[in-house]
Amino acid sequence: MRENNLIGLMIVLAPLSLASVGGATAIYAPLQHEAVELRQWVTPQEFLNYFTIMRFMPGPSSMLGALIGWKLEGFWGVLVATLSLYAPSSLVCFIVARSWSRFAGKPWHTAMQRGLMPVATGLVSAGVWNLFQLSGGSLPYAAMMIGVAIALTISKKLHPTPLLIAGALVFEGLYLVDLL
Amino acid sequence: MTSQNSSPHTKAVSLFELYSCFFWIGMMSFGGGLMPWIQREVVTRRNWLTNEEFLPGMAMSQVLPGVNSTNVAVYVGQHLRGAAGSITALAAILSGPFIMVMFAAVSYEFVLGIKFIQAAAAGVAAAALGMMLTTAISAIRSCGLNIAPICIMIVTFILIGIVHMSLVTVVLIMTPISVLLSWPRTTKASEGKPDA
Repeated sequence: MRENNLIGLMIVLAPLSLASVGGATAIYAPLQHEAVELRQWVTPQEFLNYFTIMRFMPGPSSMLGALIGWKLEGFWGVLVATLSLYAPSSLVCFIVARSWSRFAGKPWHTAMQRGLMPVATGLVSAGVWNLFQLSGGSLPYAAMMIGVAIALTISKKLHPTPLLIAGALVFEGLYLVDLL
Repeated sequence: MTSQNSSPHTKAVSLFELYSCFFWIGMMSFGGGLMPWIQREVVTRRNWLTNEEFLPGMAMSQVLPGVNSTNVAVYVGQHLRGAAGSITALAAILSGPFIMVMFAAVSYEFVLGIKFIQAAAAGVAAAALGMMLTTAISAIRSCGLNIAPICIMIVTFILIGIVHMSLVTVVLIMTPISVLLSWPRTTKASEGKPDA
């Protein structure tokens, strides 16, 4: 039984590793289909709980697959799920990155590098904009975001952790006085 | 290893440093936004890569299959220490979440019920978004004041942020245009400069 579950996790998650173009959101639907409907590893309610809890957890949200692994086989389930989720895509990325760095210094490589920079910059900027809108765009949220950005831009060496903790404490305070 | 590049700090980075850097990045990133952490640690604070070296890797990571953050870890690790670097950075960024997910599995029903924790999580998310804004500012400054990159930047922003086109489509359309536009002025400007 155990063998079957571990192999099953591999069969379900490894292809999803390569299918998750553009982030983890692409794999939720197929993962739910496999894990809830086809194989009945978890109930629909459990899947929804896992989805929610991943927002409060560090790491990629596709680690949801590892939660399913835990329910099936404990530690080994988590290990097999994690490897299946990240090894295949990482191998592809490694091959691309290595080919990329081999050609460093060639004129076309420099042109590619220069060309990708503004595209990447547009991506980050749009990401900020989208996430801000998703958050509801409240005043405390905007103030916290801009305050942190100013602090980090002014001081290059400042570590972000204390700012995140400050963010948690300030919002906690706002929540307690009913301003959030 | 195979990577030859222009970063002055390349050889100084030990696998241990790489591990501890990415371990903490993996632990501290709530709600998904790992990219600004990596940029801040690797480019701004430690000077392991320049923005010119990092940003192309970031764009690639979003188009390739897989999670952006693990892809960037693989890219940075590869750039600094080849295959060993990639494996180290990947293992590092996942080992924190790997442990936390088991903790979550046994305690999630309890944690989800607490409103108190949700307020704190919103505060962390707001601060984390500030960090992403910092990355955007840093990247904008690295692009310089030329018309072509500024236009590419703005069009990319509009297509994703306002028109809501798919990210992969936008990258595949904008990259060739941007590369062509930057072709003439890139004959020997390949030396990386530390981010000022």
